[in-house]
Amino acid sequence: MSELLRVQNLKKHFPIYKGAIFPKQTGAVQAVDGISITVNQGETLGLVGESGCGKSTAGRTILKLLEPTDGKIFYKGQDITDVKGEELRKLRKEMQLIFQDPYASLNPRKTIEQTVTEPMKIFGMSKEKRQQKLDKLLEVVGLDSYHKSRYPHEFSGGQRQRIGIARALALDPELIICDEPVSALDVSIQAQVINLMEDLQKEFNLTYIFIAHDLSVVHHISDRVAVMYLGEIVEIGDVEELYGNPKHPYTKALLSSIPEARPLEKRERITLEGDLPSPSNPPQGCKFHTRCPWAEDICKQKKPVLKQVPGAEHQVACHLVKEVVEDTEATLV
Amino acid sequence: MADHLPILEVEDLHTHFFTKSGVVKAVDGVSFSVKPGETLGIVGESGSGKSITAMSIMKLVPSPPGRIVSGDIRFKGESLLPKKEKEMRKIRGKDISMIFQDPMTSLNPVFSVEKQMLETIMTHENMNKQQARIRAIELLDLVGIPDAAKRLKNYPHEFSGGMRQRVMIAMALACNPKVLIADEPTTALDVTIQAQILDLLKKLQQELGMAIIMITHDLGVVAEVCDRVMVMYAGKPVEFSSVKELFDKPKHPYTWGLLSSIPQIHNRKERLEAIKGLPPDLRDLPKGCSFAPRCSHVKDECLIKDPALSEDETDHFVRCLLYEQEEKVTVHE
Repeated sequence: MSELLRVQNLKKHFPIYKGAIFPKQTGAVQAVDGISITVNQGETLGLVGESGCGKSTAGRTILKLLEPTDGKIFYKGQDITDVKGEELRKLRKEMQLIFQDPYASLNPRKTIEQTVTEPMKIFGMSKEKRQQKLDKLLEVVGLDSYHKSRYPHEFSGGQRQRIGIARALALDPELIICDEPVSALDVSIQAQVINLMEDLQKEFNLTYIFIAHDLSVVHHISDRVAVMYLGEIVEIGDVEELYGNPKHPYTKALLSSIPEARPLEKRERITLEGDLPSPSNPPQGCKFHTRCPWAEDICKQKKPVLKQVPGAEHQVACHLVKEVVEDTEATLV
Repeated sequence: MADHLPILEVEDLHTHFFTKSGVVKAVDGVSFSVKPGETLGIVGESGSGKSITAMSIMKLVPSPPGRIVSGDIRFKGESLLPKKEKEMRKIRGKDISMIFQDPMTSLNPVFSVEKQMLETIMTHENMNKQQARIRAIELLDLVGIPDAAKRLKNYPHEFSGGMRQRVMIAMALACNPKVLIADEPTTALDVTIQAQILDLLKKLQQELGMAIIMITHDLGVVAEVCDRVMVMYAGKPVEFSSVKELFDKPKHPYTWGLLSSIPQIHNRKERLEAIKGLPPDLRDLPKGCSFAPRCSHVKDECLIKDPALSEDETDHFVRCLLYEQEEKVTVHE
């Protein structure tokens, strides 16, 4: 599989200003604080973490909807970190976003036809072609073509999410960043949308970055998974490897916290104490040490880096995991 | 526990909304009872009537347009329906209390937690301010808020989501209620915080012996905390049994659909089995079984006849013609 997207040490900090007349920067919300990931063509990379861990900001910064503070983004081997203007506009065609809230992400005053064909219009497609494409898109996302003259309020949440997907597909993108695409939907509808997304991926050879907090959904759809905590990736690996053999204490706690529909199986649960610390003032050393049940002195002083777990596609950033390859080169993959 | 009399009984409850565009049968024939120390789960998708059932018990259904058309709700054997608003106020918060999904919108942002807690305590208990304050600190301690005496002075926005939900629980428990209705108490929270809150509710139930009605859409949460569970669809209970029975031998096709449409980590499927179609419009329910248009085991008869709840020997109720017929066969033999 060829590499489609590579992100190196990406940072996004939002400055905090104080003072009304002469604002002075007093700090920064370190939403994304140095993440490195590679996404291959045709695969799905899951990005999980709790609210406030920076997963959505990461997605938006990769799409260059937000200007990165530091780091590099490579798309198909080309450095796109500083791309602007017309070049950026062309790039937008290749990368699209599906949003969480199907209610807020569709313009209520535009018909479905207008919403879905707008991107095609912007990229200069002829009217006939647009109509053909619209009919085809509605068909692939499972909506009848008589829906096209209707407005968003006439649709249910699941149908709206299908419209959002049709819009994202309008320009034949290669990479789609899905930001919590199913978390606002009921379970029975959620399964329909997940199946649809999987079908479309096969049909159009799409690459997904799937951002979600629901670990079971991520497990279902992803090939590889990255776990984020306070703007950093703490563990990344092949989905079965990561879920079957989690190394980082945070991943372990997350996995043991999922309520599973199996009342007879009693699992040992690692309950984390306390809340997520503020990303404007993250803890020193390992950012997780304040909530980690096994934290040692070294965790408070030294920041761990991602290290390779031998014999598997699996990297973890934790001082307490001993069976790692002590080779920093491996971490930059 | 089993020999206790039920503390709350709901019998054939019908709550309808009389709107311009028709009568919405939000709750249409719900019956259940809960015993002290027991947790009853009510599961269903949005619009299935689970929250309106809870609102009906509290007599908080907005009227007009809503009205409890028929049925009975009994607390300690005494009907709540003829009670006046003034009498209900004494019951709400004292005997039956409720926690809501979104702790930010259910706490008043302009008053400190102290003010809001003291109000609840002093309305129901014969206490002066000093005593009420001591009680409030006790309660915050009980729900695991560190440094309770100091935190009492804080405003809701100064708490995190999980901490706010703890404040809500503390307020709900202020007068030792006999019944606690929890309407999606963990839906807005992250998994690690959800695990904390569910553990807390279980612990408090053991200490205080109240009955809990847990309203949720998450079958995982049901499996974790409930003893018995009622599955609702389009305003009607379709299946009612012990949690063990429900996950072990689910009977209703809707329950099958729900269980197979959630991705499960221990059993990764190539494809989720989604329930086809959409939930019906409650103003215009299909004739016969409401689930028939989406059911994978539908027969001609289902489109004409609305099935009744049938029971088997293990207290497992199901509303489906598949089982009514089975019974008939056994009767003939």
